[in-house]
Amino acid sequence: MRNFLVARLMQAGIVAMVVGALCFLLMRVLPGDAAMRIAAGRYGPDARIAEAADKVRLELGLDRPVLLQFLEWLGGLLRLDLGHSLVTGAPVVDELQVQLGASVWLAASALLISLLIGPVIGVFSGMKPGGITDRTGLAGAVVFRAIPPFVLGLILMFILSKQLGWLPPAGFGSPREIVLPALTLALGLAAMSSRVTRNSVAAVARTPYFAFARHKGLPEAIVVRRHGIRNAAIPVVSYLGLQAVYLVEGVVVVESLFAYPGIGHALVHAIVERDIPMVQGTALVMGLMFVAIAALVDAISLWLDPRFGRAA
Amino acid sequence: MLRALFITFALGLAVTNNSAHAQVLKVAGPWEVTGIDPAQTGYVFSRLQVAETLVTADPEGKLIPALAERWSVSEDALTWRFTLRDKARFHDGTPVTAQTAAASLKRALSGVGVLSQAPVAEIVSEGRDVVIRLEKPFSALPAYLVHFSTIILAPSSFDASGKVRQIVGSGPYKVTSLTPPAKLELKDSGTWWGGKPGIAEVSYLAVGQGETRALMAESGETDLVFSMLPVSVDRLKENPGLDVKIATIPRTRILKVNAASVFFDDIEERQALSYAIDRVGITKVILRNPELAATQIFPPALKGWYASDLPPLSRDVARAKELLAEAGWTPGSDGVLEQDGKRFSVTLLTYSSWPELPPIATALQAQLREVGIEIKVSVGNSSEIPARHGDGTLEIGLVSRLYSIVPDPVGTLLQDYGPGGSDWGAMGWDNQEIQGLVAKLAVTTNPAERAPLQRRAVEILQQELPSIPVTWSELAIVSSKRITGVQVDPLEVNYGLAAIRWAK
Repeated sequence: MRNFLVARLMQAGIVAMVVGALCFLLMRVLPGDAAMRIAAGRYGPDARIAEAADKVRLELGLDRPVLLQFLEWLGGLLRLDLGHSLVTGAPVVDELQVQLGASVWLAASALLISLLIGPVIGVFSGMKPGGITDRTGLAGAVVFRAIPPFVLGLILMFILSKQLGWLPPAGFGSPREIVLPALTLALGLAAMSSRVTRNSVAAVARTPYFAFARHKGLPEAIVVRRHGIRNAAIPVVSYLGLQAVYLVEGVVVVESLFAYPGIGHALVHAIVERDIPMVQGTALVMGLMFVAIAALVDAISLWLDPRFGRAA
Repeated sequence: MLRALFITFALGLAVTNNSAHAQVLKVAGPWEVTGIDPAQTGYVFSRLQVAETLVTADPEGKLIPALAERWSVSEDALTWRFTLRDKARFHDGTPVTAQTAAASLKRALSGVGVLSQAPVAEIVSEGRDVVIRLEKPFSALPAYLVHFSTIILAPSSFDASGKVRQIVGSGPYKVTSLTPPAKLELKDSGTWWGGKPGIAEVSYLAVGQGETRALMAESGETDLVFSMLPVSVDRLKENPGLDVKIATIPRTRILKVNAASVFFDDIEERQALSYAIDRVGITKVILRNPELAATQIFPPALKGWYASDLPPLSRDVARAKELLAEAGWTPGSDGVLEQDGKRFSVTLLTYSSWPELPPIATALQAQLREVGIEIKVSVGNSSEIPARHGDGTLEIGLVSRLYSIVPDPVGTLLQDYGPGGSDWGAMGWDNQEIQGLVAKLAVTTNPAERAPLQRRAVEILQQELPSIPVTWSELAIVSSKRITGVQVDPLEVNYGLAAIRWAK
């Protein structure tokens, strides 16, 4: 267990370095004058941008050597200081706290809803492959995975907010407002996880030990609970880790659509406005989140199937 | 029986009434709070009446007192004196003194806001007066003090290094919580000189997507929504629970042309470009209102700046072709014009901060192709226009230009058509006459003396076309029938939330 933690921590350190350096490099390589972009981001498209850019360049020292600027960021990182946003002037940490917090809530809610939908449908489909549940589930999965999140979001808004008036179409801060964006993401997630669960349950259902449990006369519910779920869960849990990628991709679009101040929305703005410390901070936190999720998935898999641990 | 019924009814009414008064006015708009420095997002705090400027403007653009009760200028037109209201207090309870006001203005003067463009020599306080001394006469000064970057903030807004940490203003609403970039919650400040606002609590949400804003109004979750997309307006108008108000705003979408390039250095070429544009088609299809076709640079709503007797800019493809031929362009084998072996093929740069610009750009591309001009559309960041203006590589750009940055359009004209042009104005076009006119306007206050100067300036812009007007703009506001007293401010200085009340 200790080795496991040390390895993960080292991984996190490497991720931080690589992500920080890559962001810095990529933002430098992008065409366009950074000071101009920052000025436009700060003062809007009606301002005298060229003049503002001169002040920005002076204020932020953007014409200093690139290497020096990168070393400064690295030094800050070692002191756990991510710097200040070039556009808003607020500490990056403060901005991340709000935005990351909002996104984590959104992602967690989406994951929770998707777990209530996807695996449940998957288990029923997998128990009777080719049955009506399986076929309906497949059709649903294809539809919900194929619709891009922003279209799905608009459809849900239209039905649940405009026609039925149940939920607010946008905003944040209360549980009512998180439902729509979370549901939009959850349907896409559930589309995939229901199929993975279905395949995994179907595979387990074909195994000799599963047949034996049935033959020895256990009631179906106990067979599934005792011999099915845990075995079938292993690929599903690993897959949930991969779904974090889908979440990040979906979060960017969904947050903008639902006016939700999350990290995806912030990252897009930061890139457009060349807010390098924000891009670095956001990417860093996202990278570390992936490491954490991977670690969590490994730990759960280990608990589900202790053979992995013994083999290693 | 009847009495019981009456009592039940009365009680029910009382309960609804009470809950109505405890309700929050929910407002949504497209502007995010990116940083709270007044030069950056002062407009959010000015429009939502958190902070105030010395001077403000009524919906017609007339300057009226705000924090300054009155103002006057010395004989030599070099010293302006703004006398503050006695009763004005900041939200932290401290009085608005000439000293604090002068400090806020000095800060604005050294920043990137508009005040830095006025010929200000010094700003001092004398008793109840803020005194502004100028280097040379400048009659538009009070109009500059309407700009959101000159809002007056309490000393408690700043930290030790002089950075704005919170907005402590003097308006009817004070900030109770701010979650950048999206949410702002406001409450009756209890200290406003103008009395109590009609609704005590306001919650503002920044919603970037126009479609989402429309759905927020339709779902009844939001009482007041700003800046509706043209495509949503017709649908919203049919909704019995909503009121749609529309005002023409002094914002014009123009083609900024590089008059120093071989393509646009002749007046004939610029006029041909103008004749080739189907403004009515563009406004009908993209903006859903043919009346927005820009027949000259300023819309009729901008009083004194619209010359109704000038021949309107209109479409005439045959005339456009004639003019281009006069300028020496002849059609090549593929129909694209050529001159001395050079094809009339230019890149039109635009940006997506305004969602309607890219579709207008592609419409222009098709229309100009009809007269043999090949356009490549490039959609980038808004900063690319000033960048390419700066290095001289811009050929043609589609921009959205606001002429009421200060309520007096002279402020914008000074920038846009001064020597060397500017980011959002002329490029490679210098006109001594208009520079003289604008300079004269900047020192003239008498409307009767100004009128002929303004007319002549508009006439020059119409003939010379250093920028080619395409469409005017409008601002659509949707409000729920639950509220009354909503006003559209075409200058977008102040949305008058304090005057809004729950409908009886």
